[in-house]
Amino acid sequence: MTQPIMQIYDIVKEFAGVRVLHNVSLDILPGEVLGVLGENGAGKSTLLKIISGIYTQTSGHITLDGNQVSIRSTSDAKRLGIAMIPQEFNLISSLNVFENIFLGNEIKKGILLNKPMMRHKAHTLLTELATDLSPDALVETLSVAEKQMVEIAKALVNDSRILIMDEPTTVLTDHEVEIFFTLVDTLKQRGVTIIFISHKLKEVKLLCDRLAILRDGHLVSLDDVSQINEKDMARKMVGRELNQIYPHRNEPSDETVLKVHHLSIKGVLKDINFALKKGEVLGFAGLIGAGRTETAEAVMGLRKKDTGDIEINGQAVTIHTIADAVSHHLAYLSEDRQGKGLIMNFDIPKNITLISLAAYVRGLIQHKKERAVAQEYVKRFDIKAASLNSNLINLSGGNQQKVYLSKWMDTHPNILILDEPTRGIDVNTKKEIYHFIRSLTEQGVSIIMISSELEEVIGLSHRVIVMRSGEIMGELSGDAINEKEIMYYAAGLKTMKQEA
Amino acid sequence: MAMFEPAPMITRLKQLNMAAYAPFIALLLLILFSSIASESFLMPRNITNVLRQVSYTGIIALGMTFVIIAGGIDLSVGSMVAVVGVLTIMIINGAGDGWWAVAMAISSAIALGGVFGALNGLIVTRGKVASFIATLATMSIFRSMALYTSDAGEMVSENSHFSDIGGGYLWGIPYPVWVFLLLAIIFHVLLKHSAFGRHVCAVGSNAKVASYSAIKVRWVYFMTFVIAGASVGISAVLLASRLNSISPSDAGIFYELDAIAAVVIGGTALSGGKGTIWGTVIGIIILGIINNMLNLMGISPYLQGMVKGLVILIAVLVQFKGDR
Repeated sequence: MTQPIMQIYDIVKEFAGVRVLHNVSLDILPGEVLGVLGENGAGKSTLLKIISGIYTQTSGHITLDGNQVSIRSTSDAKRLGIAMIPQEFNLISSLNVFENIFLGNEIKKGILLNKPMMRHKAHTLLTELATDLSPDALVETLSVAEKQMVEIAKALVNDSRILIMDEPTTVLTDHEVEIFFTLVDTLKQRGVTIIFISHKLKEVKLLCDRLAILRDGHLVSLDDVSQINEKDMARKMVGRELNQIYPHRNEPSDETVLKVHHLSIKGVLKDINFALKKGEVLGFAGLIGAGRTETAEAVMGLRKKDTGDIEINGQAVTIHTIADAVSHHLAYLSEDRQGKGLIMNFDIPKNITLISLAAYVRGLIQHKKERAVAQEYVKRFDIKAASLNSNLINLSGGNQQKVYLSKWMDTHPNILILDEPTRGIDVNTKKEIYHFIRSLTEQGVSIIMISSELEEVIGLSHRVIVMRSGEIMGELSGDAINEKEIMYYAAGLKTMKQEA
Repeated sequence: MAMFEPAPMITRLKQLNMAAYAPFIALLLLILFSSIASESFLMPRNITNVLRQVSYTGIIALGMTFVIIAGGIDLSVGSMVAVVGVLTIMIINGAGDGWWAVAMAISSAIALGGVFGALNGLIVTRGKVASFIATLATMSIFRSMALYTSDAGEMVSENSHFSDIGGGYLWGIPYPVWVFLLLAIIFHVLLKHSAFGRHVCAVGSNAKVASYSAIKVRWVYFMTFVIAGASVGISAVLLASRLNSISPSDAGIFYELDAIAAVVIGGTALSGGKGTIWGTVIGIIILGIINNMLNLMGISPYLQGMVKGLVILIAVLVQFKGDR
């Protein structure tokens, strides 16, 4: 049997007396792709942060090539050849590709930088990674996938032998994911060991050699990927059978609640028209950059429209600011939960009432009422936190999303726009959110759901609008809502206009 | 998990953020040390003196707290003291003798401070100039205005009642101290219990999230500068009244440093988003006691700046540790 490259013994981690990892032991084999699965809060990020030196374990130890090592900081990890590719990239956008790749590892000639050498080496490395990315491209001009490539190249320059990737594919488009898959193969051939976190079971199945599943801080299983199917994965993560991920569809009413006419923004959106019915889920599909978020933001008054009229319940309305949108009972959950959605150093009640604060003010803020309402949302959505006073930064992604949802529910919306509502969220929480969406539509709330996960668009929507390059390419309903149709429109192979 | 069963006492104590209480603990230690090191420290007369000395910069620091929590900084407050002071004395001298002239001077000082603060706020929010640069510029402009309007000469009040407000006492405590404490209470309520205060924290924490939450980010940020300006107005009229005059070249020199230092020592993050009024109150008192002790212990006044600088450094270091 091969000698493990890294062995993890009895790792325990406690935060303020709360144990989040219980005696986790794990061998990592050289050159393998090890998938780590678990619900939000299962402890997978904590475990990987310990390996990469961001956290220090409460007890237990780690060996590398059979020697015990102490990883107390990210620089320790770097020295030992362990690199973490973060979800939020740590690149400097004003520098170009090779400068970023060699950041902190600059090649020098005397006291000056040897730029030709760095450029040359970066070029060789990028070619090996089978990408045509130019070493001189400015990082701010790169796509998300290309930035990820730069992060990986940066890790390789550090002679990293173990690469930890935290949900690397969530930010990628389908095409980019394919490129990513070949990249992982290339890395394997170079002998790099990869630890891979993902919520996408299908992907894990395709990409990984072995799978470690964590639940509530325990390692519940470690299998060869050939020995386990997706259903078992989900069952082991949740600890029980997961049936009926997508709830039954309700029948929307004929009443139109929202109509958007001729919405245009120069260079961004071209003549967008659509209508939304009461109690309906209208899916917005398309590739990243198709203009779906921009459409939502324009409707919400977050972006300036060049042209476009909005009708709510048959009445023309003016929406110039998001405050206007809120007053018309529109709500919008951004795809960027941390950047645009929640204040990470505020606690749960303060986040929930941020938009609806006026309802809690009688001269001064009524803190008791505020907390009582927050407590209700915590119960209703089963938000898991150490206490109501926990700052959002200490909540897992799924629980943050539930707080974000509560925040907008507290404005009592009639129309709810959800932008990637389940990004970075585990299966169980996803299911909760799907059922919640359905119960809202049953109460007559109308929902626009922007999502890049075709499965959920198909599973939930009554109708689907497919966008591409700022235009609506087609609208699907009934049996026409399937993966193939959506991709045809999204890729521009088919448009409604041609048919008409 | 139905949640929130009361945690055992030990866990709760562990969860207490010690950094939040650091200023209070530091103040207690400082008082303990001072009362041992100098017999005269605890004399009521000395205590009231310390409090009076800090009240002028303290009032400014209270307003500064809002600006810093919202993510900005105001370097112009010292110069603003001078220009508001000069204009206030011109107004009172022009208005004649009598209490109504004093009342007019007070209200115009606050209004002038508010206007100068609004000017800062406009440059920062409309002109989109970083507050550090904007107020660095107005710092120079305000000082110059003070010197020009007074012809660089000391402005002396001719009103016979004016000096009573800065020099008066109520129950043995000077008026400026009362004003400082009253304002601290009002500002505390504004920061912690009003929608505006909540919005200030939100804007300072993450302006993008705030704007996506239908908060008028620019208005909130603007108003913090107006509050700082009005606080400067109050401070300026108290100071001018205490001295019965104002020197356009000396008044308010280094006040911005003391005010910012007090806010930082009080645990408010310079990066914005969180902070407390009571922290600022403690911060300015700590600075006052340190000055006082250096005097009582006969240490060279030239060393006072160094001690103050060290205290600020320590405060920031403690804060930085607490953040990690």
